[in-house]
Amino acid sequence: MATLGRSIFPLNFHPAILPPDWPAGFWSHMIIFVVILFVFIIIMAVAFIYIERRVLGRFQIRIGPNRIGPFGLFQPVADTIKILIKEDIVPLNADKIMHLLAPAVAFIPVVMIFAVIPFQNGAALVDLNIGIVYIVAVSSVSVVGMVMAGWSSNNKYALVSAMRVIAQVVSYEIPLALAVIGIVLFAGTLSMNGIVQAQNIPYILLQPMGFLIYFLAALAEINRTPFDLLEAEGEIVAGYNIEYSGIKFALFFLAEYTEAVAISAIITTLYLGGWKGPFLPPVLWFLIKVFAVFFVIIWIRSTLPRLRIDQVMGFAWKFLLPLALINLLVTGIQVVFLPDISQWIIVVMNIVLAAVLVFLFSRSFRTRGDKIEAQ
Amino acid sequence: MALKTETFILNAGPQHPSTHGVFRMRMTLDGEVIQDVEPVFGYLHRGVEKLAEGLAYPQDIVFTDRLDYLASMTNNQAYVVAVEKLAGIQAPERAEYLRVIMAELMRISSHLMAVGFLLNDLGAFMTPLLYMYREREKILDLFDMVCGQRLTYNYMRIGGVSQDIPEEFIPALNKFIDSLPGFIKEYDQLLATNEILLVRTKNVGILSKESAINYSTAGPVLRASGVKWDIRKADPYSVYNRFNFEIPTGTKGDVYDRYRVRIEEMIQSSSIIKQAIAQLPSGEIQTKIPRILRPPKGEVYGHIEGPKGEIGFYLVSDGSANPYRWHMRPPSLINLTALREMLIGVKIADAMAIFGSIDICVGEVDR
Repeated sequence: MATLGRSIFPLNFHPAILPPDWPAGFWSHMIIFVVILFVFIIIMAVAFIYIERRVLGRFQIRIGPNRIGPFGLFQPVADTIKILIKEDIVPLNADKIMHLLAPAVAFIPVVMIFAVIPFQNGAALVDLNIGIVYIVAVSSVSVVGMVMAGWSSNNKYALVSAMRVIAQVVSYEIPLALAVIGIVLFAGTLSMNGIVQAQNIPYILLQPMGFLIYFLAALAEINRTPFDLLEAEGEIVAGYNIEYSGIKFALFFLAEYTEAVAISAIITTLYLGGWKGPFLPPVLWFLIKVFAVFFVIIWIRSTLPRLRIDQVMGFAWKFLLPLALINLLVTGIQVVFLPDISQWIIVVMNIVLAAVLVFLFSRSFRTRGDKIEAQ
Repeated sequence: MALKTETFILNAGPQHPSTHGVFRMRMTLDGEVIQDVEPVFGYLHRGVEKLAEGLAYPQDIVFTDRLDYLASMTNNQAYVVAVEKLAGIQAPERAEYLRVIMAELMRISSHLMAVGFLLNDLGAFMTPLLYMYREREKILDLFDMVCGQRLTYNYMRIGGVSQDIPEEFIPALNKFIDSLPGFIKEYDQLLATNEILLVRTKNVGILSKESAINYSTAGPVLRASGVKWDIRKADPYSVYNRFNFEIPTGTKGDVYDRYRVRIEEMIQSSSIIKQAIAQLPSGEIQTKIPRILRPPKGEVYGHIEGPKGEIGFYLVSDGSANPYRWHMRPPSLINLTALREMLIGVKIADAMAIFGSIDICVGEVDR
């Protein structure tokens, strides 16, 4: 099995971590898991859309979709049917090939992220020994699709949005990658499954500041509030996908929510202990954590206003980047000089450090206004 | 090496999520920065002023409902104040008090919408807006109780109001007014301490005191720039000289000040309503006016302080039953004239915030 795998894909494919009762053979594993993954991705994306709408409804003192099926469960189905039978419009002066390719370029890299995410011990498509590097690399490709969409649509809103997304995502890649290095230093491995196995204490405790940086940078990566500049409804209407309709728009929409699933899954794996947890089966733990992360993302979306583009860039370069560097330095010192110390002491150290640093940094960003008096 | 850049024109509107109706801005952009902006309006022009000249004075009250549809009561009031001034009619005291209560409720409702939509433009996805709707809904229920309408009230009459308040109105009103400060406080804590809101609104869209006066702006836009000008105090109409209230003003004239002034004004309005309930006299709600009102020849300008600024009506009578000239001073339109000065040099995102902070209603801009 392993030799067959190696002969075709030069990947580091460990048969030993597969569940023992798994059907033998590289290709059967590949095909079965790809199908499972696709079904999982589609179901999760649809579930996320439904959950987001329902939860947003609760936050906004309204009910949310509740007409179709019990609790409105079939609302996403109805929406999908509606969106798929819409006319596919290509603007007259659009760059037709780019316009056609853009949704695929945006969607495929997001799906590729799931290849290395472990759903339980070893249950991943491949357990790459450079898993996290692969994720960081692949996840930034989907930006190209958005830029292609913005450029090829021949629409100024879309163009402004494309320019915004380049600036934003490229900036936030850096703190994101630096935050991940902190994890890698502690875990001593780049493999996603290895990182989960190394977490005796969830890394959110060992790396509180890294978690904060990663979470905020990830919000910017998936263009969620308060960094949802590229589809700022009030400013540039819908952003890069303004000229898309029908199934192409559906792909963009799916890509957006799949990205949200992916980011929730990555955060779960890196910081929340992945599939680890007592009593319940590992897959269930994994899903619970993914939904919990997504809930926080919705919570933020329903509460905060949007930042301006210069503020977004400033936040990345002036706030997140220095914090990420400090975090990396501190983590490096802890790993090199204090390898034998109890991890709980490092937890306390890092939480205190994160609190102090975030407090100090936020002081310099403070613009809190004095109340105007009623006189 | 300096890169060659080119400006381009971005057309926002007439169909755009942030233009609050069918308003259009032709923006010349250098990247994200606005170089020039040309406001275009008139998409909702219905010729109300001309229509009104063809109908009798009482019939024109209906048109005022359709101007600023988020503040119909105060439009009604401005018009009847002008007609009463023209014809020399004095409304009974109880009617004046009812008008004050309705006008202040309308002010709260309009400010709720203004603040809610401003935050929506800032990107707070619907949540603040829907919380504002929750409170506005209570006000609309109160109006529904009084006149059976929720949007176009047609409540004020020349020389009075259309009907007296029902028994259950005052308890319901008291309940609402008591709950309002708590709501505003809750809301303010959520937002006014929010760092993102502060960086987005502070020092953005500054309108200097001089400019604000020169553009003839009124209402919260003027007061946020630090000018203490309120028709309720400067030229008291109705029974406003009997109430104790403050005029909140801003210091800088930025978006944040406009936001704060509106929040403070809601508190002041609720205090006025409280006093009005306490003083509410009994008696008639309508004076006798002739079946066909023919005001004497002459012209008159009657104005009140509406939620968005000074609403004025300029009426010319030729002695017949129809007005010879029926002209309105629309606060939305006149506040909008200051838009261009505030927009030049800011980014697109701020443009929407500034535009939202002016709080226009296109029904009133275009008439």
